[in-house]
Amino acid sequence: MKNIQVRVNGHPVAREIPDHRLLVDFLRYDLGLTGTKEGCSVGVCGACTVLLNGQPVSSCLALAVMADGGEVTTIEGLAEGDRLHPLQQAFIDYGGFQCGVCTPGQIMASKALLDANPHPTPAQIKEWMMGNLCRCTGYYKIIEAIQAAAAEKTEP
Amino acid sequence: MAVKKEAHHKYRVVGTRPIRPDGIEKVTGRALYGADYYFPGMLFGKILRSPYAHARIKSIKFDKALKLPGVRAIVTADDLPEADRKPQQMGEQQVSPYYLSCNVLARGKVLYDGHPVAAVAATSPHIAEEALRLIEVDYEPLEPVMTADEAMKPGAPILIDDLRNQEEGPDQPTNVATHLQFKRGDLAAGFDAADCVIEREFRTATVHQGYIEPHASVGIWNPDGHATVYTCTQGSFTVRTLATKVLGMPEGNLKVVPSEIGGGFGGKTTIYCEPIALLLAKKTGHPVKVTMSRSEVLRATGPTSGIHERVKIGVTKEGRITAAQVWMAYEAGAFPGSPMAPGAMTVITSYDIPNLLIDGYDVVVNRPKTCAYRAPGATAAAFGVETVLDELAEQIGIDPLDLRIMNGAHEGTQQPFGPVFKRIGFIETCEALKASEHYNSKLTGANRGRGVAAGFWFNAGFQSSASVYVNQDGTASVVTGSVDIGGSRASMAMIAAEVLGLPIDEVRPVVADTDSIGYTDVTAGSRVTFATGMAVYNAAQDVVRQLKERAAKMWECTPDDVEFDNGVLRTRGDVLQPQQLTLKELAARFIRTGGPVVGRASVSTGGAGAGPAFAAICVDVEVDPDTGKVQILRVTIAQDVGTAIHPSYVEGQLQGGTAQGIGWALNEEYVYDSKGVLRNTGLLDYRMPTCLDLPAIETILVEVPNPTHPLGVRGVGEVSIVPPPAAIANAIYRATGVRMRELPMSPPRLMKALQEHRNSREGQAAAGR
Ligand code: FES
Ligand code: FES
Repeated sequence: MKNIQVRVNGHPVAREIPDHRLLVDFLRYDLGLTGTKEGCSVGVCGACTVLLNGQPVSSCLALAVMADGGEVTTIEGLAEGDRLHPLQQAFIDYGGFQCGVCTPGQIMASKALLDANPHPTPAQIKEWMMGNLCRCTGYYKIIEAIQAAAAEKTEP
Repeated sequence: MAVKKEAHHKYRVVGTRPIRPDGIEKVTGRALYGADYYFPGMLFGKILRSPYAHARIKSIKFDKALKLPGVRAIVTADDLPEADRKPQQMGEQQVSPYYLSCNVLARGKVLYDGHPVAAVAATSPHIAEEALRLIEVDYEPLEPVMTADEAMKPGAPILIDDLRNQEEGPDQPTNVATHLQFKRGDLAAGFDAADCVIEREFRTATVHQGYIEPHASVGIWNPDGHATVYTCTQGSFTVRTLATKVLGMPEGNLKVVPSEIGGGFGGKTTIYCEPIALLLAKKTGHPVKVTMSRSEVLRATGPTSGIHERVKIGVTKEGRITAAQVWMAYEAGAFPGSPMAPGAMTVITSYDIPNLLIDGYDVVVNRPKTCAYRAPGATAAAFGVETVLDELAEQIGIDPLDLRIMNGAHEGTQQPFGPVFKRIGFIETCEALKASEHYNSKLTGANRGRGVAAGFWFNAGFQSSASVYVNQDGTASVVTGSVDIGGSRASMAMIAAEVLGLPIDEVRPVVADTDSIGYTDVTAGSRVTFATGMAVYNAAQDVVRQLKERAAKMWECTPDDVEFDNGVLRTRGDVLQPQQLTLKELAARFIRTGGPVVGRASVSTGGAGAGPAFAAICVDVEVDPDTGKVQILRVTIAQDVGTAIHPSYVEGQLQGGTAQGIGWALNEEYVYDSKGVLRNTGLLDYRMPTCLDLPAIETILVEVPNPTHPLGVRGVGEVSIVPPPAAIANAIYRATGVRMRELPMSPPRLMKALQEHRNSREGQAAAGR
């Protein structure tokens, strides 16, 4: 067991957890933040993507202890009060999902992209987002949503 | 993208593109999926699975596991009643409760790698996992039978001791559950009349639906025998029927609460975790959550069948198809019930052919029991027929789309299994693709090719219920029992808004649990917007009828003297003094005019064939001659969609289905070792398309209204998956000269075919020297 202290979505959290606790389990099981999804458990589908100190990580591969002393942002922490993040709004406006289970991961991964590169080309978007599977949409509307958010367009 | 407008200029809301009501919950992480429920005192269930493809269970010992601190209960098939063996109609499917029960927890024998054998409930998922390792199962391994070909051989090991079929008789154990045949005309005469006859053989691999959300259920059992299950399913009422049959409890004692669903594509139309969670809840007195991992999903939920297919088609030199013969064997997995029947019903139904013979076999093999996958049975079947048609078109020198148009089914064509088509849009669909900018563009460059193919899916109708409540402020709620898998809540709200003359954001769509709405069949068969949409339409009309009665009472006239248009009630000018009232104004007076207004409707819209749909697709590929990798350069799909209620979501269905068809064509397959153990149990090596594998999928919506629906709706969800594999095979041929007749056309397989092709060409060249 180990004590860890993490800022999660801006709030300090302290917990005693087993050393081998995965970050995804820490978020979902220990903290009840079920917005982060688990689709493959091997780092392939991207559904579990969260930001650890601003960098996108697959929380199904990361250990919770790696977040000790750090900062984690999940989908629940993206909106500011009742104002959606532009990416969240764009995914709604452009129909960037059907079932929506991949969406938290898609949005967190694309947030990391836009933080690093505010105006990516479509090719750069695809390159970056290839680690986030979506089985419903065929991706087109996801790419469109990210482009729109980057261009700060809100209406299709 | 292009929308060929034919239908809905007359509508106000239908055909527009409002944002979806469930969007906000999905982008904020608030939407609750199957694994997202936590209840006080909840325990965690884990399932022990067979490491053998085929074995007898000699004994199961779990004393050690039970002693592990934190373990609360262990269940096996012994905890289930022995269910009825006779197949029963359950919702849309024929199911033997006995086989279903044996699939939930193995009884006597395990029939595939991953078959559930026992389940544990413990205070944490980690303890439950540990307990599984302490359960001792003594197996007697048997020889596995992995393909339909092996299973149909005389003397093949038998999976299910008491399985019989009519042809082989009551004394002959067999692996063939059913043989289905459709016949028409004189086959021999038909082939004699042809100028060109081609016969080919095809094989397709087992593939999985690949929904991103693994299955998860929470069971809660009350001491009075009433129970609740929260679960990710496409059909809450189907779960209620199936789970109560397996558990041997009255159907009305189980409430099924559908969670948000993270994809299903047919794969969530049966039960896996639900009865196990309930059984463990009953035994422990606590809520129990059972969540599958990805490897459990791949090993032990229902993928779709691999098939073996033979196709023979004859045409005249003018391009008229004179005869066709199709033979198909579907691998059902461990228990009977592959999608062979819908495969046989769709395989060549797009065409009007005078002489036909179609044979289909449903064969059990030591693979997981298959489940529905988007247009079940149709994609694998179409692969053979649509490739042979391409060869024929080339042989007689006509455009492959013209061959399809010339022989295309239309209003009045009789389908091979009996019914006659009403108004359909197959020919319009092929013509739209033929006229597209894509099809008429030039494709240049080495190793590139363009292919086309078409597909058919009959779409289902079945039963649905809906209620529409008008609130005191004049807004409305629409309640249905159809799980929303791809945006159907938006369509339901739009249909009600259309009828009631309300703005779309004043209609709240709700998906109810099984205690809160009338029976509704599963979200499958592309039936929700069609059938549940029809129930919503009728329920909203029921509201209108009542509003007219209320107004008539106030105005002291008859309801027939009242008109309702776009949210406003008026007296008919010719009869009476003009009066008018908006729905909102009337709603404020419900309290004085008879209380709340509740509209209700239920429909039973018939089975398969409720709103037939067709798709045709054009694909450009580039083949890397050194690796065998196929890159999709461009793809356009045209589909007969009926009235598009929400065109963006219709496009989304076309794009999603096409993407799955591309994955099926190029990469996806179950790989078993010689002992029948699945080797690719993760998404690393069960490879689904990423955004880098797909171009923007272009769509052409061909709106030929369905005459059997008040708004002209047809199912749109499935048929788009059908044509891609054949179209890609045809494109690969144009690019390389190689005809691929096995799926997937993965790099190693294509490389081998390319190599053989080169060798044979060199051989020919050498012989010619
Ligand atoms: S669950 Fe972590 S990448 Fe798939
Ligand atoms: S929207 Fe369903 S997986 Fe992406």
